[in-house]
Amino acid sequence: MLVKITLRTVLEVTLVKIAVCVKSVPDTETKIRIAADNVNIERSDVRFIISPYDEFAIEEALKLKEKHGGEITAFSIGGDEVVEVLRDTLARGVDNAVHIKDAEFDNLDTLSTAKLLAAAIASGGFDAVFCGQQGVGGDNNQVPSMLAELLNLPQATAVVKLEIEGSKFKAEREIEGAHEIVEGSLPALISAQKGLNEPRYPSIKGVMAARRKEIAVKDAAALGVAGQFAADKRKVRCVELTLPPPRPQGKMIEGEPEEQAKTLAKLLREEAKVI
Amino acid sequence: MSRGILVFIEQRDGQLRRASLEALSEARRQADKAAEPVVALLAGESVKGLVPGIAKCRPDKVLVVDNHSFTKYSTEGYADALTAAIKKEDPRYVLSANTSMARDLIPRVAARLDSPCVSDVSELRERNGALQAVHPMYSGKALGVFEFSAPLAFMTLRSNCFPLIEAKEGHPAQVEDLAVTPENVRAWVVETHTAAGQKVELSEAAIIVSGGRGIKGPENWLMLQQLCDVLGAALGASRAVVDAGWIDHQHQVGQTGKTVSPQLYIACGISGAIQHLAGMSSSKVIVAINNNPEAPIFKHCTYGVVGDVFQVVPKLTEECRKLLAE
Repeated sequence: MLVKITLRTVLEVTLVKIAVCVKSVPDTETKIRIAADNVNIERSDVRFIISPYDEFAIEEALKLKEKHGGEITAFSIGGDEVVEVLRDTLARGVDNAVHIKDAEFDNLDTLSTAKLLAAAIASGGFDAVFCGQQGVGGDNNQVPSMLAELLNLPQATAVVKLEIEGSKFKAEREIEGAHEIVEGSLPALISAQKGLNEPRYPSIKGVMAARRKEIAVKDAAALGVAGQFAADKRKVRCVELTLPPPRPQGKMIEGEPEEQAKTLAKLLREEAKVI
Repeated sequence: MSRGILVFIEQRDGQLRRASLEALSEARRQADKAAEPVVALLAGESVKGLVPGIAKCRPDKVLVVDNHSFTKYSTEGYADALTAAIKKEDPRYVLSANTSMARDLIPRVAARLDSPCVSDVSELRERNGALQAVHPMYSGKALGVFEFSAPLAFMTLRSNCFPLIEAKEGHPAQVEDLAVTPENVRAWVVETHTAAGQKVELSEAAIIVSGGRGIKGPENWLMLQQLCDVLGAALGASRAVVDAGWIDHQHQVGQTGKTVSPQLYIACGISGAIQHLAGMSSSKVIVAINNNPEAPIFKHCTYGVVGDVFQVVPKLTEECRKLLAE
């Protein structure tokens, strides 16, 4: 029996090494307030969560690991708010967590973020790198493509379906009014769009185990990038953050449905001039 | 002094994207202020017939990369074409529409050229001879103003935010072929499946009719689709009904869906959760139809109708049909 299992393992299982990039972001329910510096949001009383798209990335990595065996390492850049997010990934079944943390890394722009992740990931020998398609909040949609370029990997972004066979991948991407199928070779970078899978919740056992696991911390010196990401080296910066102007008070349309519909159509045509 | 703006023009299956032409129009306006040139880049196979359509937005030059390597999209192939065009023209800025192709392509090229990028820009401002980009963040709950300190910067522009220049079709001052042979393409598009049902793309639509829990079930999309058909609108949906499996995620408006800025947004049976409001609050005119007068959506609408969507929407469809036939 034992021999049989070992043979199956040898014949069918290929071990994969996967990197997953995750970001800690303000809860999507957060009411945004502008901080006194006028370029950041007020962070007090804000609950931080794992960026929703990253949950799909983690889940896909876990599914791959379940199928092929192997090891998953999660990477995240940020301050103390990142620790809970990394614990969450460990609780779901991620094997290792790397916290990229340094005072120099505050308010990183997208290119700096991608460079820093590349510095941490490049030497790991990963077969696949998974990211969420965007960090919710910054809403940039840039880091996955930048990271693929810096790691010299092929990419498929905004993926809603993924199949991996041997050293090939087949990904379905969501595009305007259509889905397109991308085929490519591994190693590759895949960014996850909503619809890719149903992320699991961490189990109690997983949460307990995650508490005991060590999170590796890497600073600028450990990554060999000291001084490279200081604020004065950035090529783009936010100079002002404002709230959108409030909308003027709307007009309520009274009456029976027929009347309401008639009035509304007329207003849209004659007052708003949008139909 | 003048290095100009290069605009990546997206085409798929020989169709130009309107959003690309909006980006080209904005490039023209900004470049005129500084008397700089605008160059459009078009890549594909047998796409030269699209040049007169591009010329409407008055670029100084259209660069055409036209060969069989560009029949279908590949990130690495198109990145090679864009990189070659940038090296040739040496622009200050590279602009593109913020489409799914651009989100895949533009940051890759920005990283290749070690240059910054701001995506999903809703407004450009000129300050001291340079451009500032306004980027809605937190799904539009805040607006970030960004400044570059680099010789080259990339920006992708949001649809429906920049007016189109529509001069007569014609010929740009110059059309030039650019020979590019991609060398290392390791992933490529093999096929495209058009989504059933959606006739107008959500993020580019001038009018959106959206449904939420108040429409009670997926069998009632037909009612909203009829209003869409009359108005030439795209069909949107709240997260709740996407999660309930009533409709594909392609239709979702709001956080974890699409952020939209149409001329007219008609919310039917949508209460207005903060994540939904964030995704559509920059619409020019918002109509809310909901039977609950306390629904938060009414605080954000231009016109509010407290009423039963099953009574109001069909009548509205009829009224619009009559008005538009006049």
